[in-house]
Amino acid sequence: MSAQTTANTPRAMLNPNGAGAAAVLAAGIGSLAVAVFAIVADKAAPIKSLMNFYKPTGPLSGVTTCAIVVWLVAWALLHWRWSRRNVEVGRITVAAFILLFLGLLLTFPPIADLM
Amino acid sequence: MEITVRGLWTMIHGMGFGALYLMACSGALVELYRRYTSPLGPEIKIEDERFMRIYLTAMAVLAWLTVLTGAYVIYPWYRAVPPPGTANLAAFPQRLLMSNPSTSGWHSIGMEWKEHVAWLVPISITMATAVFSQYRRSLRVHPELRAAVLGFVWVSLLAAGIAGFFGAMLNKNAPVMGGSTITVVQGGQK
Repeated sequence: MSAQTTANTPRAMLNPNGAGAAAVLAAGIGSLAVAVFAIVADKAAPIKSLMNFYKPTGPLSGVTTCAIVVWLVAWALLHWRWSRRNVEVGRITVAAFILLFLGLLLTFPPIADLM
Repeated sequence: MEITVRGLWTMIHGMGFGALYLMACSGALVELYRRYTSPLGPEIKIEDERFMRIYLTAMAVLAWLTVLTGAYVIYPWYRAVPPPGTANLAAFPQRLLMSNPSTSGWHSIGMEWKEHVAWLVPISITMATAVFSQYRRSLRVHPELRAAVLGFVWVSLLAAGIAGFFGAMLNKNAPVMGGSTITVVQGGQK
């Protein structure tokens, strides 16, 4: 087997974890943002009206567009800060999972209605 | 054998993009577990990594196509408001479901959950694709990142499953119909 195709090259081993951690945490933030924007739009009529970016789709268009923007901005900022260094990725991953599960739970209408 | 344009789009959204994503998820999870969980696992060739990168990218494209066609092509037909006095609500699925207490839950819980939870799927799989593309085989020596990728792919499978289940049930109770009719095959005379 040639050296080019063998596993675990030194270059791969030295890849700092910051860029990955930034992507993971941003995905957690984006997931929660979907739920938060959906709840806010559902509870506040003026916000619901503001979220009507594309009339045939209604407020869902604004809710999801805003959540995607929050996700991408968070990703860009975190990547800018962390991409060249190692960070405490264990704690960041736990935080991202908490945000993701909150996003999953808070999109469930009976739970969202409790807010 | 005929299908309406709206029925065709619903099929492309659900059975095309959505179902294909669900099937692809199991392949991605198996491959990520099999090759990347242990630093002493089987050797990973450049070609294997390239394949996995293309596979995950295709999944991300499928996830985005699913939510975008759902939100911007089918959902407007689903939530269309009938003119006052309309008696037949067959062309207005949301109103049809809400007109009967025995079906209103499919909208108030099913669609309300589906339309939001589905967006967790492209976010999760795009992240997984980006992290895999950045780290590839070195995911073996980044266990937390590997756990995050696997966890988010699992949750994307769950979220896509929820959206797919409710999509199928909504379409069963109040199908999105209408538009021009496409004849697929001319039936024979009996």
